[in-house]
Amino acid sequence: MNYQLNFAAVWRDFDTLLAGLGLGLELALVSIAIGCVIGLLMAFALLSKHRALRVSASVYVTVIRNTPILVLILLIYFALPGLGIRLDKIPSFIITLSLYAGAYLTEVFRGGLLSIPKGLREAGLAIGLGEWQIKAYITVPVMLRNVLPALSNNFISLFKDTSLAAAIAVPELTYYARKINVESYRVIETWLVTTALYVAACYLIALLLRYLEQRLAIRR
Amino acid sequence: MYESPSWLHELWSAREALWSGFLTSVQCSILAILLGTLIGVVAGLVLTYGRFWARAPFRFYVDLIRGTPVFVLVLACFYMAPALGWQINAFQAGVLGLTLFCGSHVAEIVRGALQALPRGQMEASKAIGLTFYQALGYVLLPQAMRQMLPTWVNSSTEIVKASTLLSVIGVAELLLSTQQIIARTFMTLEFYLFAGFLFFIINYAIELLGRHIEKRVALP
Repeated sequence: MNYQLNFAAVWRDFDTLLAGLGLGLELALVSIAIGCVIGLLMAFALLSKHRALRVSASVYVTVIRNTPILVLILLIYFALPGLGIRLDKIPSFIITLSLYAGAYLTEVFRGGLLSIPKGLREAGLAIGLGEWQIKAYITVPVMLRNVLPALSNNFISLFKDTSLAAAIAVPELTYYARKINVESYRVIETWLVTTALYVAACYLIALLLRYLEQRLAIRR
Repeated sequence: MYESPSWLHELWSAREALWSGFLTSVQCSILAILLGTLIGVVAGLVLTYGRFWARAPFRFYVDLIRGTPVFVLVLACFYMAPALGWQINAFQAGVLGLTLFCGSHVAEIVRGALQALPRGQMEASKAIGLTFYQALGYVLLPQAMRQMLPTWVNSSTEIVKASTLLSVIGVAELLLSTQQIIARTFMTLEFYLFAGFLFFIINYAIELLGRHIEKRVALP
């Protein structure tokens, strides 16, 4: 074993790695925001009185959750143009990741909505709010604060999933890592630094989100 | 006048490639799940009952892997192993990556389930004179299994989904076989949908099996 560690090649392009990390975070943020909207709508659909709504929401959740995200990414990026829908790399990836996040968040929100005490809705009715007002002002805000820990976990796993964007050449961290890897052949150094960046980023996000959770948690 | 063959025709002529890809996907998933579960159970036990210095390396392993995207893990195994002088082929490198990923997740599942058991269980076992390993085997693990099963099944479907990442390092599993067929036939949408459908079938079957087992072992 006489491999000489030499980080020069990695440090030279370190700023591209950081830029990639930043793009990954942005992708995850945008996707979780859209995913929350999808997830909320689907969670209401799952709990609705209408059978058609319930069935379509549960088909969406089951199909997306049981399909590999790489297949979804490739399908949406390479196959949709055949149907006349031509999307750029980044919007296409955001759509995929949002759909993916939506399916997982649907389950989270459904659980959150089910765990809201009936009394809250009744209290809302008693002070004369309509069904939609009750949802907007009472159930959803309370539910969102309750599911914050699950939301943070989902965000971290979405952030890790942004590494797959490299498969369609979106220039995020993994993409640059592979680029440096093949250009410099500093294999060990490249992947050590990349892994360290991901782990550090995940840790910082986790710490930040734990802090936010504590700040926003409902005092009991 | 040349008439392009229908999709079903192409599917039929590609059946062998798809079948062998399907088998490779199943094979590497099963290997990774079995080996990963083995590592995970050991790591989980040490994390729960070990002394600080025994726990430290396992904690490092679990946190490192859980902070890294599985895609980066697979790429790192594929590129780093040969650079470290370990000659393994793409399939082995991929399985190694998936195994490490599975192990870290199972470790947390095992630890969580064991720590959720009431303290009294261990104390009661000691009181009737069971040794530590007897208590573990006859009292604690059977109870923890009930708790672990649903999450373990979930992480198995995660592994099947993650096995698609091996296509990027050149393992001819289902997704790469599909891509090769697409490169020949240009039927992008059809074949990606078909691959997605096959993965969905595998995962949905695992999910149903998990629900069935969960019902079987549930306490009446």
